[in-house]
Amino acid sequence: MFNTTDAYSAPPLWKNGPVPGAFYNFPGSNVDKQHIAQHSQAPVTTATSVIAFTFNSGVIIAGDLLASYGSLARFRDCPRIMKVNDNIIFGAGGDYGDFQYVKDLIQQKIIDEECLDDGFKLKPKSLYCWLTRVMYNRRSRFDPFWNTFVVGGLQEGVPFLGTVDKLGTAYEDKAICTGYGAHLALPLIRDALEKNPLLSEGEAVGLLKKCMEVLYYRDARSFPKYQVGIITKDGIKIEGPVDVNQNWQLAHMIN
Amino acid sequence: MSSIGTGYDLSASQFSPDGRVFQVEYAVKALDNSGTVIALKGKEGVVFAVEKLVTSKLYEPGANRRIFTIDRHVGMAVCGLIADARQIVDIARREAANYRSQYGVPIPLKYLNDRVSMYMHAYTLYSAVRPYGCSVILSGYDITDGPAMFLIDPSGVSYGYHGCAVGKAKQAAKTEIEKLKLTDMPTQDLVKEAAKIIYLVHDELKDKNFELELSWVSKETNGDHQRVPDNVFVEAEKSAKQAMDAESDSEPEEV
Repeated sequence: MFNTTDAYSAPPLWKNGPVPGAFYNFPGSNVDKQHIAQHSQAPVTTATSVIAFTFNSGVIIAGDLLASYGSLARFRDCPRIMKVNDNIIFGAGGDYGDFQYVKDLIQQKIIDEECLDDGFKLKPKSLYCWLTRVMYNRRSRFDPFWNTFVVGGLQEGVPFLGTVDKLGTAYEDKAICTGYGAHLALPLIRDALEKNPLLSEGEAVGLLKKCMEVLYYRDARSFPKYQVGIITKDGIKIEGPVDVNQNWQLAHMIN
Repeated sequence: MSSIGTGYDLSASQFSPDGRVFQVEYAVKALDNSGTVIALKGKEGVVFAVEKLVTSKLYEPGANRRIFTIDRHVGMAVCGLIADARQIVDIARREAANYRSQYGVPIPLKYLNDRVSMYMHAYTLYSAVRPYGCSVILSGYDITDGPAMFLIDPSGVSYGYHGCAVGKAKQAAKTEIEKLKLTDMPTQDLVKEAAKIIYLVHDELKDKNFELELSWVSKETNGDHQRVPDNVFVEAEKSAKQAMDAESDSEPEEV
């Protein structure tokens, strides 16, 4: 997969022979590319937190539409909640370019699966596990995808939620928030789930709204427009852009 | 055959004195042992029908399929050596994936046809390889360009067709296809006609068992290539069998 030219194009007709669709390699012109490596890595255009949790009949996941360039609010319409197939919903934080690349990989993977035409569909646990391998492989080559991914879906009808970060560290949980969300939103969600472990879809949406509001007020890289993805047995809906309820009146004027 | 014993048929990289490449001609012979494959292009779609000969009762139903999906929007029906054909299927899938990764859009059928036919042609140029013992038909539907279909020979030559047939009974099948007014036929009718032709040209004395395979790509399927749904398949098979019965009833009078 990482020798993308190999996976996508025809192999040579025989060893060191001509390659269909490739230019002729003159003898001795081959530079040894194996020992050249560039490890410089830093995220450039980044997206902030992803918020996700399970409720009684599915999974809800959200992320805002901003891609920041450092602290500059550079691109304001960058969706990062994605439907993978009828079973899986996917969200990403971190470098937006890396996300787009991984998105293409996943979409091609889905097409490959559809081509097999065996009546099976990729399930969330499988995609999650595959992603952990991809991320761990890249970090082991000191060239990580600078993202935190969240995979949600229905595995045999049961809500599933898992995450993997740029180091390949992965875990499953009922509530997963990345970035600032892990500090600001996760406690709110855990509190709500502790009080009522089986939220309805409506309650879930309400809780999510509250989280996005809190994040917008306190995370300097956030944005008041976001997308919400919900997967239930009835299918996947991705809604948005949803606006954050803002109230900038002074506190003593409200209370 | 005049080529035998002359020594000009030992390599695909050598012409005979009268300007032929015998290895390629032998490859075309490999198609004559294979079940008939037909493809019909109508007003808004292309239909594949394959007479898949079942050489042993021990095979599971649905084994050794001869219709493949290359990308969501491209179908391929194959005739000849199945193992050779699967290699072509793999190459076509790689080319489709490669185009998608480079240009971000599905590959137009004529470009895929170019790439696959050039690939097959490359195998007619060297003494170290043999030509592919298979012919493939590519089908697709495009919202602006309408339906398209190409047949590629073992020689790497390809043409676009309104209707084509390869395999055992290609002559009989072509005669039947020529009777149809293909250009203004709806896809539903194409399926029935295609099934009918396969049943008609099937030689029950020489080949006892066969499985019918049907697929389509059309406006109705949103340009996706897929096997025809079960109800359509059953209907088409039923009407094909009825047509056969009607024919055999009338036959004695003619004799």
